[in-house]
Amino acid sequence: MYEGAVQDLIDELGRLPGVGPKSAQRIAFHLLQQDSEDVNRLVTALTEVKAKVRFCEVCGNVAQAERCRICADPRRDQTSICVVEEPKDVVAIERTREFRGTYHVLGGAISPIDGIGPDDLRVRELMPRLASGEVQEVIIATDPNLEGEATATYLSRLLRDVGVTVTRLASGLPVGGDLEYADEVTLGRAFEGRRQVNA
Amino acid sequence: MPLYRDEAIVLRTHKLGEADRIITMLTRTRGRVRAVAKGVRRTKSRFGSRLEPGMVIDVQCYEGRNLDTVTQVETLAPYGDAIARDYAAYTCATSMLETALQLTEEHEPQTQQYLLLAGALRSLAEHSHDPGLVLDAYLLRSLAVAGWAPSFVDCARCGATGPHRAFNVQAGGAVCSICRPPGSSAPAPETFALLASLLAGDWEVADASDDRFRRQGNGLVSAFLQWHIERGLRSLRLVERA
Ligand SMILES: [Zn+2]
Ligand SMILES: [Zn+2]
Repeated sequence: MYEGAVQDLIDELGRLPGVGPKSAQRIAFHLLQQDSEDVNRLVTALTEVKAKVRFCEVCGNVAQAERCRICADPRRDQTSICVVEEPKDVVAIERTREFRGTYHVLGGAISPIDGIGPDDLRVRELMPRLASGEVQEVIIATDPNLEGEATATYLSRLLRDVGVTVTRLASGLPVGGDLEYADEVTLGRAFEGRRQVNA
Repeated sequence: MPLYRDEAIVLRTHKLGEADRIITMLTRTRGRVRAVAKGVRRTKSRFGSRLEPGMVIDVQCYEGRNLDTVTQVETLAPYGDAIARDYAAYTCATSMLETALQLTEEHEPQTQQYLLLAGALRSLAEHSHDPGLVLDAYLLRSLAVAGWAPSFVDCARCGATGPHRAFNVQAGGAVCSICRPPGSSAPAPETFALLASLLAGDWEVADASDDRFRRQGNGLVSAFLQWHIERGLRSLRLVERA
């Protein structure tokens, strides 16, 4: 245990995902040795992210306004929606330049063991987006692991009678891997080879 | 560093750092084990698909002070693949995995629990029976293996020969009219018969049961489970039943 402010910082850092007590201590002492200017830049970034960034009211992606950059772009194809788990997956798919439609960010995958069911995700918000009849294809791009596959199964069943084509990214993506780690070529190929799951 | 090799069922995984995962598994001979699988979230990993929950594997690890490290994995039965394609089966499977997590201890051999879970996962993957029934049978039997065998025929208190009319979770199941504590319920005789068949593995009776009794039976199994597992099961409310 350290005194006051140092221990407070270590405790706060230790609450971040993937940061254990040892890493928290290392980061805290790293910050202590930095110039005030560097630390202030970090402080500003943290304050701004909470003040300015919110979630797009249409797709759930991170946004600086009511709508994210993609939903606000009139050149995006409004006939297809790609469903992903996290905002970082949007970034990964954008990198491939393979997809010109819009996204729907669920905020995770269905994982009962973590207490997360369909109602804890942005599943219900997807339905009104399909009501106008403009959307023709929903591409399910959840992670290629157990939770992601089960979420895809749930979604394709939910969308069975909605009158849209539901597709799933082609296998070939490494199972157990995170979508964000797939390289552009592999992910692009998975997009091209997507198969219909609600035929 | 000491190496070991065992059969195991992957119960749960947690992300660790940038690309690793902590794999919690129930092994056949050395109880529950936690091991790091390095780099499995990267796309080039050889292990990734083999270390998903619900997979039965042949695994080799070396022992560490806090955590073991996975060095080799072969798939014995890829039940997870089939289970993920059936949403009801998936929700039942996750409840079974969570139960196994709660009813087993680290490094305490639990071969019976291992065999029970492997059998139940196979049954879900092969769609042998209604997933909800497979789950209830598994829950009853894993509780029995843990030392909390319920009774659905003879009185759980005095042993008086059944069948009896009353059911009491705290008392351990069926109770006779003398032992019957206040607040006991009175399920249908068919529900008692269904639960007894699930516990005994008499699938002919269980498969032929009516939905009404399945629902009632499932309520009693859940109550029984929540009574014995202190913290309860998070996944139970998300189980999808026919
Ligand atoms: Zn948006
Ligand atoms: Zn009695």
